Formats: sequence, C-alpha cells, structure tokens
Amino acid sequence: MINKSLKQLAAMLASKDISSVELTQEYLNRIDRYNPEINAYIALDQEKTLAQATAADQMLAQGKASALTGIPIAQKDIFCAKGWQTTCGSKMLENFIAPYDAGVIERFNAVGSVNLGKTNMDEFAMGSSNETSYYGKVQNPWDRSRVPGGSSGGSAAAVAARLCAAATGTDTGGSIRQPASLCGLSGLKPTYGLASRYGMIAFASSLDQAGPMAKSCEDMALMMNVMTGFDERDSTSLNREKEDYARDLGKPLAGLRVGLPKEYFAEGLEAGVAKVIEAAIDEYRQLGAEIVDISLPNTMLSIPVYYVLAPAEASSNLSRYDGVRFGHRAAEYDDLMEMYCKSRAEGFGAEVKRRILIGTYVLSAGYYDAYYLKAQQIRRLIAQDFERAFEQCDIILGPTAPSTAFKAGEKADDPVAMYLQDIYTIAVNLAGLPGMSIPAGFAPADDGKELPVGLQIIGNYFDEARMLNAGHAYQQVTDWHTRMPEGVTS
Amino acid sequence: MSDWEVVIGLETHTQLNTKSKIFSGSSIAFGAEPNTQANVVDIAMPGVLPVLNKEAVRCAIRFGLAVDAEIASRSVFARKNYFYPDLPKGYQISQYELPVVGKGALTIQVGEQEKTIRITRAHLEEDAGKSMHGASPGQSGIDLNRAGTPLLEIVTEPDMRSAAEAVAYARKLHDLVQWINICDGNMQEGSFRCDVNVSVRRKGDEKLGTRREIKNLNSFRFMQQAIEYETRWQIETLEDGGKIEQATVLFNPDTGETRAMRSKEEANDYRYFPDPDLLPLAISAEEIESIRSEMPELPAAMKSRFEEAYSLSAYDASALTASRNVADYFTATLQAFGGEAKLAANWVMGGVSAKLNEEDKNIADSPVSPELLAGLIKRIADNTISSKMAKEVFEAMWAGEGTADQIIDKKGLKQVTDSGAIETIVDEVLAANPAMVEEFKAGKEKAFNALVGQAMKASKGKANPAQVNEILKRKLGS
Repeated sequence: MINKSLKQLAAMLASKDISSVELTQEYLNRIDRYNPEINAYIALDQEKTLAQATAADQMLAQGKASALTGIPIAQKDIFCAKGWQTTCGSKMLENFIAPYDAGVIERFNAVGSVNLGKTNMDEFAMGSSNETSYYGKVQNPWDRSRVPGGSSGGSAAAVAARLCAAATGTDTGGSIRQPASLCGLSGLKPTYGLASRYGMIAFASSLDQAGPMAKSCEDMALMMNVMTGFDERDSTSLNREKEDYARDLGKPLAGLRVGLPKEYFAEGLEAGVAKVIEAAIDEYRQLGAEIVDISLPNTMLSIPVYYVLAPAEASSNLSRYDGVRFGHRAAEYDDLMEMYCKSRAEGFGAEVKRRILIGTYVLSAGYYDAYYLKAQQIRRLIAQDFERAFEQCDIILGPTAPSTAFKAGEKADDPVAMYLQDIYTIAVNLAGLPGMSIPAGFAPADDGKELPVGLQIIGNYFDEARMLNAGHAYQQVTDWHTRMPEGVTS
Repeated sequence: MSDWEVVIGLETHTQLNTKSKIFSGSSIAFGAEPNTQANVVDIAMPGVLPVLNKEAVRCAIRFGLAVDAEIASRSVFARKNYFYPDLPKGYQISQYELPVVGKGALTIQVGEQEKTIRITRAHLEEDAGKSMHGASPGQSGIDLNRAGTPLLEIVTEPDMRSAAEAVAYARKLHDLVQWINICDGNMQEGSFRCDVNVSVRRKGDEKLGTRREIKNLNSFRFMQQAIEYETRWQIETLEDGGKIEQATVLFNPDTGETRAMRSKEEANDYRYFPDPDLLPLAISAEEIESIRSEMPELPAAMKSRFEEAYSLSAYDASALTASRNVADYFTATLQAFGGEAKLAANWVMGGVSAKLNEEDKNIADSPVSPELLAGLIKRIADNTISSKMAKEVFEAMWAGEGTADQIIDKKGLKQVTDSGAIETIVDEVLAANPAMVEEFKAGKEKAFNALVGQAMKASKGKANPAQVNEILKRKLGS
C-alpha cells in the first residue's frame, strides 16, 4: 500500500478496495509509530484529518472524485490551514492557529485531499538541514544520524519514510530540491508565479515558490495539477490557462537537447555524487537525448547575491512578528521597545536573527546601492545565463546538491558551509525558473553508508510538463525512486 | 523682522474616497467599532499579501491630470520599514523613487494676486492604524480600521512665502480634490491633513534655511496660526544668535505654539526597497486618455470660461469656481434665470453666501435652491420688485415660505410700475408738500430726495424708484 503511486491509490479508492478513512488511518498509524523518532510532523490533528477523509469518502461515493480525492497529503508547516497550528518552524508562532486557508491548501481541500498534518521545517524556511526548527531536528530516514536537508526537511522525511502519500514543500533557494536529493525522492519547484503564495508564510517573497514532493514524477504531475493556478490574492500569481502537467508523460526523449553546465561539475562536487550524476547522464544518452556542453558563468555569484536579496526581503517580511497582534510576546517588559526586543529575541532562533541582521544591514542608508542594488543587477545577469543556455538546450541536468546527507550538527556552526549546500539550486530561484530533483542512485558517505543522490533537472519557464516527462522517462528505466529506507518498512 | 523671508512647502495626505482599502477588500467607512474593518490582510497575519485597489490608481491619475502633471507609465511600490504598534506589517507600503504622479502645478489666488505653486510629486500609500492610549490604565489599544486606507500624498516645491499663501494653496487643493471627486475633504475625520515645512532666510539669500516640519495640521485656521508662530520663533531664534535644528514639530492649538517631537538625529533609516509582493504599477496611455475623457471641467478652465462668456471679473470668476458645489449652484441658477450673469453672481456670492456663513451650511444644503433663487432674480430683473424688497423675499424663501412669486403675492410686495398710478401718487405728494416744492425751486437739491422719499412712502415702498424719479423730475420741470 505505502509504495503505491497516487494513480494506483486513486484507482483503489474509486473501486472501493479501500476507503479514504482506511488509507488515512494506515498513514496515521505509521506516523504514530515512526514520527516520534523521525519528527517529520510538527502538528497532527487526527480528528480534523479523519473528518476530511470521511468527507472525501462521501465525495467518492457521490462520484465527485478527482485524481487526489481522499489521498492523504502532508503539508509543510509554512502554509496557513484554518484551525491548524501554523508555526513555520518557529517559537514565534507556537501559539498561532491560522484563521484562514492558504491558496494551496484551499486547492487541496477543494478536491477532497486529506491533510495528514503539518511538517517540520527550518525556522521560517531558513536552513538546509532542518536543524534550525524550534520543534527539533528531523531524522533522515536513510540514516537517522543524518539531516534530511532543508528547509522542507519534514516533508522530505515524511515522503521517504512513507508517512504520507505525497507532500508539499516550498523552495526559496533549494528548499524542495535539496531535501528531495538527500532523502531520495522527487521534488519540483515550479516557475515563479504558478503556485499561489497567498497564505504561504513569506521568507523571501521574490524567490518563494511552493511545489510537490513525492515518490515519482508521475505523482508530482498530479500534485501540480492541483497545487498550481491563478490566485487573484497574490499579485505575483500568473494568470495562465490551466494545463495538465501529466500530458507529456510517456513521450519519447529522442532529440531532447540536454545541457550540462560545466560550472556544476567543478570543484566542490563530491566524487561519489559526480559518479552517480554521470551515470544518470549516460542513461539519458541511452534514452535518445542529445548531450550539449553549456556554461552558466555567473553560477558562483548566485550564493552571495542570494544572501543579500533573500535576507533583505526576509528582514522586512519578518517585521510583523512584533508580539503586538499574534505570536510570541515576552512575559515581562517595561515599555514598548523592551516588548519588541524581548519578544523578538525570545521568539526567533539564531539563523533567523542572523538573516534579519544581514538583511537590515544591506538595506541601510549608505549600503543599499553597494549590496541590494548590485545584487539585483547580478540577479539579471544570472537570469541571462539561463536565457543563453536555453538557446542551446531544452533542459539542463546536473547535481542537486554537492554532497549526500551530512551528519546532524556537522555544519550547524558553519553557516557558509551550510549555504554552499544550495550552490546548484539557488540560481534557479533567482531566475524564477522551474527546477526539480529526482533520485539517481546512491553514493557512499565517508563512513561507508550508501546515501541517496539527486539529479537536478532545470527547465525553461513553464516547461514543467517537459521536465516531468524527462524525469518520468528516466524513472521508467531505473528503480531508484522506488527504493525505500530500511527500518520503516513494516 | 521685515528683512526676513519665510519659505514654505507642503505635504498633504488626502484620503481617497474609494470603497475599500488600498491593498485589501475591507471598507474604509469612518467611525466603525474598533477593528471591525480589519481583515487578515490589514492585521498582517502571516502569509497574507497585498493586492492593489485599481480605483485608488484612478484617483491618483485624476489628480495628476487636474494639476497638469506627468503620469508615470511605470511606478513602483516600496516598503518603508519601521516598527510601531499601529503599523501591522512593520512597514508601510508607499512609493519612493518612482511615484505615480510627477511634476505638476496649481495656481492659487491670494487677494488680487495669482501665483503658481509647483507640485513636486504625488504618490500612493497606505495609512497606518490608530493607537488609543488611556482606555485602561497602563495599557494602549490598537484600532486597525484605518490601517490600509488609501492616501495620495501630494508634495509641493518650497514655493510659498507666507502663511496666507500656504493656506490659500491648502484651500485650493482641498477644493480641487473634492472637485475631481477623489477625496471627501472631511478634515475633522482626517481625510485631508497637511505637513508644513517652514524655514526662514534673509531676504535676497539664495540658500534655503534649515526647515522644521509641522506635522498633521487638520484645520486651515491652525495652519495659519502654526506657520505664523513657527516663523516668528525661527526668526527670533536666529536673531538671538541661535541655530535652527532640523526637526519635526507639533502644533498645540491650546497654546498656539509649536514644539519639537523629534530631531533629525532620532530620525529613522526606513530602509526603503521595492515591495516584492507587488508588481510595478504600469499605466497605459489609453488608460490615461480614458480617464481624461471622464474628467469634469476643471476650476481653472471654468474660471476662464466665466470671465469670457459671462464678462465676470477674475475675482468673481475665482470665487464662483472655488468649489464644485458653488460652481454647480451658480451654473444651475444662471441656467434657470437665463439673464445677466453678474446679477446671478452677486446673489450667489452675496445673499446666499452670507446666509450660509451665518448658519455654517454648505451650499449643497442651501434651503434656497438654484431654481428658487433664479425665480427671485427674475423678479428683480423685470422690475417686479426692488432690490430692497428682494432681500425680504429672500429671507422668506430661506425660511421655507415658498417661491418668490408666492411670497411677493402673499406679502403684496409687487412693485408699482403703472405710470398712471405713480403719477397720481406724485401729484398727491406735490399737492401735500408745497413747502418742499418751493425749496426745490429755490435750488435745494435735497428737497428733491425728500419728495422721492414721500412718494415711496405713500406707495408703501412699492413704487418703482426709477419711475418715481423720472415723473417727479418731469413734473417739477427740472
């Protein structure tokens, strides 16, 4: 059951082989059993979850079902869901019960999907290891001493350990793709503007984008069909005709031009990871793809640019957490200034504070031009790199992350080493392009442990259907995506 | 004191009369229970996003067209970051480097003088909420009903040289924003509030003095007082060898003084940057033309038209176009009357205006409608009643006693214009006052006036004075 695809589950629900309540209960049982250690979920509410499953069964009985009706989905705790504790991984919002549904949540509710719970994440999505969460570390199901990646680490661990049928994530600099890579699953960050940001707690508004995390590209296509679409409450949402992201699945890859950016295979990439990616590229060659060498010359600038722009936006986005209207407020204070300072000092963790400080600094009078404006200029150059690349190729392949999952605590005190985790993913956010990661094999860690490696597929704007087919074709001839970690199989 | 010159610039926050807030669907109606007009967006709940109210943009464009300004084809919303309890997001969405309305101009009238005040820019922004202190001891309340109310901030160049000019500009702007229907102009409710930048310099100096900004003036009288006080204070300070520090000051109407609330050193670094939640605001030439085609005739154009078409003086035309309501009233009166414009103008600016002032009423609420007034003016023009009688009729109309004709009939005020009837009266007066006739014949001009007075009296004031004059002159053979 737990390894079935979304399509298979939908068929079973349609034929009444199983009810949504039964399916949901099975996942809830697994969560009871494994979550106390893995810690993929922050908030669970069996009553609400089962009520949704019951409602889904009614929809199924009435013949009103669609692809995800009755399917239990894990929601990243960055999405406001009415009546649910919505913390964004922060102590600041420990007491926050969302009074409204995010656009993405509304869409799942409308088709009768079941919300299994809210998944753990780095605080305000700032991190690449899920270690900045106020609600504790998340274990990587492949090696419990290792991190699942981040910031969507809870969703990644939940999919990998089969604690949900599929999950949502958000990706500002790699937060869907890097944990997908480290936990051996498929994750897609869509073109900026396809999924509504309304109700998705903002980290860096011009980069944040929601996307699916699932066992396969086929599952992701079905998730995309539900998750994306115009939302007038988000001014950056794109008003485009609705499309079927599964429409290209099964098309042959012959003639597909695959670009390999030389910068993604340079120093910094672990040898084991490089080997896996090279093997995957061979597989694409076998599938009839034409391999093209390309260059994305400004890749190295993407990290410094990102660490100016994302903190700048974050420093402003996080100003609303002031203890005045909701969220954490210090117990004792003598005046307004002290209330602000103590509430924020107590409510935010170290990484969030670091980024608020960086962001405040780069926007300050006298520094704005040198940092923020300059970074915006380079951001355009980075987007131009991709524009030129896509004149030569249809999709770009490369590693998602430079390494496999690292040990918990290993990089926790070295922010720059942590930031380098996103070296291959960040440019995609800066350009607003779609990018995804699919499992491509395993590489040995320094302790000999075999750990998942993700292959990144970057597409041109709105080319998600083509990317999903490219991933799907690979998943038809490989079985990496069906592998499951030990210890969660029963 | 006389060798000093004051230099004044204004920043005016006009509340736009849209139905909903600038970035959310909440109502902006004034006076609701606290926080009943604040939705998740206004409260700045986690995850909410702003969506621009297009009506607010249309208001800004209307204003830009009214002051002959450049309308930016692309303008940008920026975040102004600062912490305050009534600022829910921790930033105000405003426009900074690229405002929607660029350079324009507004011509004011100070006495007989006209002067053009340059407008630097006008930009859209959201209002903050309100902090309410003292409701319960040691605690402050926050009302977010006003948070997100659309404002157009209109900024001038430092072009004004007296409190009178500043007030004339503010009044003119106040009239204009109501004229083009983008603001209700209600100053008590804060729909129109001015920040006034004041500096002084020696006459002939090129360089501007250090300015102090008087915040949040919401009455023209206070503005006048505040500027006069501030100007005196700055001059005295400088003459005493002191220095003016750049500062923000508040005017206290009770003491009539201004007092600094914060100095420049305490000023915030607002860390402006483009709001990534909002796309740049694009305005097409077609959109501007479409709004231009819906614009009402503007006061300046109407003033010129009144001067030319009706041969009114610049002063009269300016007074009659001071507000949309006055202009509408005058136009309607003139249309119903169909006669000489000057006569209608005199009544609108005279009798009607005096009565409105007396009762503190707006002309739109005048108990004497333009049609009623026209009915009265017709009877003056056709000599049915004298101007003196007309005043009595007007009072009665104001009191709601009916139309001019009804009142004239009822009170028997109709002027006697029948020459035969007047001749009879004159003959009687001459017969009854031989002494006066003798005096007149002896050369005493005064006696003539006395005879006119007797004739008017005999007619109970109803005889047409011009006819009485003429007949008397004939009879006395002068």
